Amino acid sequence: MGLFDLFRSRPKNTASVAAERLRIIVMQERKADGRGGHDYLPTMRREILEVIRKYVNVDADAIDIHVTREGEDEVLELSVTLPERDRDAGAERGRADEASSGAD
Amino acid sequence: MSEVIVVTSGKGGVGKTTTSASLAVGLARRGKKVAVIDFDVGLRNLDLIMGCERRVVYDFVNVIQGECTLKQALIKDKRIDTLFVLAASQTRDKDALTKEGVERVLKELDEDGFDYVLCDSPAGIEKGAALAMYFADRAVVVVNPEVSSVRDSDRILGLLASKTRRAEQGGTGVEQHLLLTRYNPERVANGDMMGITDVKDILGIDVIGVIPESEGVLTASNAGVPVILDDASDAGQAYADAVARLCGETLPMRFTEAQKKGFFSRIFGG
Repeated sequence: MGLFDLFRSRPKNTASVAAERLRIIVMQERKADGRGGHDYLPTMRREILEVIRKYVNVDADAIDIHVTREGEDEVLELSVTLPERDRDAGAERGRADEASSGAD
Repeated sequence: MSEVIVVTSGKGGVGKTTTSASLAVGLARRGKKVAVIDFDVGLRNLDLIMGCERRVVYDFVNVIQGECTLKQALIKDKRIDTLFVLAASQTRDKDALTKEGVERVLKELDEDGFDYVLCDSPAGIEKGAALAMYFADRAVVVVNPEVSSVRDSDRILGLLASKTRRAEQGGTGVEQHLLLTRYNPERVANGDMMGITDVKDILGIDVIGVIPESEGVLTASNAGVPVILDDASDAGQAYADAVARLCGETLPMRFTEAQKKGFFSRIFGG
């Protein structure tokens, strides 16, 4: 490092970015390999996605499945993000139904 | 029984052949009878790194296909009498290696009293790499502190845990070690390169050696002298330490801390 380098701004710590990205991708790939102990997770995720897609058009990454430990128990967490537009359309349909039943 | 050690990595260019050559020399220098086999059929290179490229008459595939005896194909090292090289074939036929053939060669080496057989794996996860690891008792996974190398190493760890004879037998499995190469302590200190702990934590296995990025590695390969024979180079000394750890010794890591720079080099660079 020379004199002029002192005036250059330090880039941010890229090594910790690399380590963090790797922790996530390696964990995912181990699960996909069946090394995480839950080799059914990728298949289950795919099947759940298919079922949801019968009713709502969601993206492939809309489903998040995690297995976490809480003391002795393992907890399966499943979260599905529905797209904004479909939810609005569903809500409107619901209101229309109400309105028509009210008229009866 | 001879111990079979695979040197593997997934990604190419991380230093598998350099490592195989130096570990083989290191073990042989300790008086062990060692064979080092190049599994990279079609892209032979171990012979160049070992400096015996002009003495290759028969190769691994010739032995497997029964075109010569194992004794005829083993090239005796000119520096250490207990070290032998089995070169890869330059054939383009990818099916030249067979599981039965490899098993037969390993059995014969065992009967000939070899203490160690090092298998220098090709890059990738195709047949050559699969066969290089299949019969292994131990694996040295060579990794650079860089994202693609670390990710590929984890794929290899997965294969070692499932696609090897030891994994199929269901016992303790293949004993796995990491060997970091091209390690640059200054860049680690600056936060530009992942450190030993980062790589070790991500992959979850022990580190048997850390080889610093060193000019010695290229000059050694230029000359066909495995870098471990260059006692003056830090990479050579780091390989010697790794060999000692393979043999069960406990040694602290060297060449892993950034050099403290003096006042003048801070101001004027260098």
